Amino acid sequence: MSIDDILQEFEELLDWEEQCDFLIDLGFELPEFSSDLKRDENIVQGCQSRVWLVAQRVVEDGITVVRLQADSDAIIVKGLIAVLLAAYCGKTPQQILDRDIDALFERMGLNQHLSSTRRNGLHGMVQRIRGFAALHAV
Amino acid sequence: MVEISQSHFNPRDVRSEFPVLNQELKQGRPVFLDSAASAQKPRAVIDKEQEVQEQYFANAYRGRYSFGARIDEELEGSREKIRTFLGATADSQIVFTAGTTLGLNQIAFGWGRGRVLAGDEIVISSMEHHANFVPWQQLAQESGATLKLLPLTEDGRLDATAFENVITKRTKIVAVCAMSNVLGTENPIGDLARLAHDAGAILVVDGAQSVPHSPTNVAADNIDFLVFSGHKVYGPTGVGVIYGRADRMEEIQPIIFGGHMIHRVSLDHSEWAESPARLEAGTLPIVQAIALGAAIDWVTQTGQASIHAHEHTLLTETTRRLMKIPGLTIYGPSPEYKGSIIAFRIADLHPEDLATMLDRRAVFTRHGHHCAMPLHALLGVSATTRASFAAYNTMEDVDSLIAGIEFARKKLRLA
Repeated sequence: MSIDDILQEFEELLDWEEQCDFLIDLGFELPEFSSDLKRDENIVQGCQSRVWLVAQRVVEDGITVVRLQADSDAIIVKGLIAVLLAAYCGKTPQQILDRDIDALFERMGLNQHLSSTRRNGLHGMVQRIRGFAALHAV
Repeated sequence: MVEISQSHFNPRDVRSEFPVLNQELKQGRPVFLDSAASAQKPRAVIDKEQEVQEQYFANAYRGRYSFGARIDEELEGSREKIRTFLGATADSQIVFTAGTTLGLNQIAFGWGRGRVLAGDEIVISSMEHHANFVPWQQLAQESGATLKLLPLTEDGRLDATAFENVITKRTKIVAVCAMSNVLGTENPIGDLARLAHDAGAILVVDGAQSVPHSPTNVAADNIDFLVFSGHKVYGPTGVGVIYGRADRMEEIQPIIFGGHMIHRVSLDHSEWAESPARLEAGTLPIVQAIALGAAIDWVTQTGQASIHAHEHTLLTETTRRLMKIPGLTIYGPSPEYKGSIIAFRIADLHPEDLATMLDRRAVFTRHGHHCAMPLHALLGVSATTRASFAAYNTMEDVDSLIAGIEFARKKLRLA
């Protein structure tokens, strides 16, 4: 699902009940994450649940893009990861740095429904991805 | 103590005294199961705070005008209620402080500093809240003393067989909670006081969880210091109490200086007022300290034995029903050894997800490490879900918790 599809679907849902169920569905659909990647160096700090994130720079059709894999032991966090991956995965470092992710969360109304620790965790993931992109931006 | 027999204790009537619980949220009637973090306030406490603010507020122990005199009288009235409630003998043994955390720091550094020396031992337990862990760790580090831990049994009680090995002639302070904020375990305070005193040590009790749920008697248990927080016993935030045995109150030194604790100040030295004033620096949380008296009255009039019995019924029933849920583990002993707290985990259901799903059903629980990281390390989990009960919870709340867990299991594809 593209980030635009996710956004559209999210906005059509009536309330947090349905949006939360949708995040749970996204969480269950998140591509499998290899267990040997669940190493300490891949853990994102600041999350109450455990989150692993691996970023790779790859060249596709002559263009440098960032490929992301991530996982969590909490399903709703996996749903949030799916949103982040839709927004960031396969994008160029510059596209990643240019995206206003706070505006996206705002549009989804996530700030309202996530606890402060979960928002911090989400922020930790965003920082990690943007940090990687900054290293590889030209 | 005014005691009302249990037949007069009607949970619905009790609940109706708590305005915050008598509202309908979008997700339903609020089911508040996080009283171990902070309890809701009855109308009597809310009214008392309003009365003070609207009718006679002034600073305490300063003005000789009528408002000031009334404030002093109300504060001392509150202190006396607390003294009776704890079974202490003199009002001078009751100190108003900000809460359990500040109280324990005051004891660690006001009594322990200079008395606990290199080579001495401080004994705490493996189930302590950070507030009764870190001050002692800090004191041990600055004094060169050793911090020792009373070990736990498999089911999360203090291991009594280890007491005599851990508490030795070198022990200066034994500091334990009377009730664990995670496991719910109630500890044998009287026995620990005897052992501590036999070894020449003092016993410091973290009463934050026990005071709201079980009768406390500092004299009968021969406790040297006990601390609790107002907000967990249906009172306001920002106020707590330190009780000190008469001799300990002579020994303890202030760690915060200025304001009401001063007797005389000259250029080269200062003298302190008598207890309790000398541990009450600055302006007290006046409104809160007075309303804490109203909260104590409320508990006494509702009947602490009745509250305890009611909570225990809820605890036992919840335990019985939780144990039927597949993959659910309860941390802590069976209900007979504990107060109204249940910490648990469900296999493949993250506590954070469970909390979110329960919130969707207006069931408010706590999840995380509950400020007890060393205990969670011992349990081998990073987080647990905690349900805790107070006087205003009902059997319907238990039904809502169980239904909420079933809802979560279904939505998260475990059932």
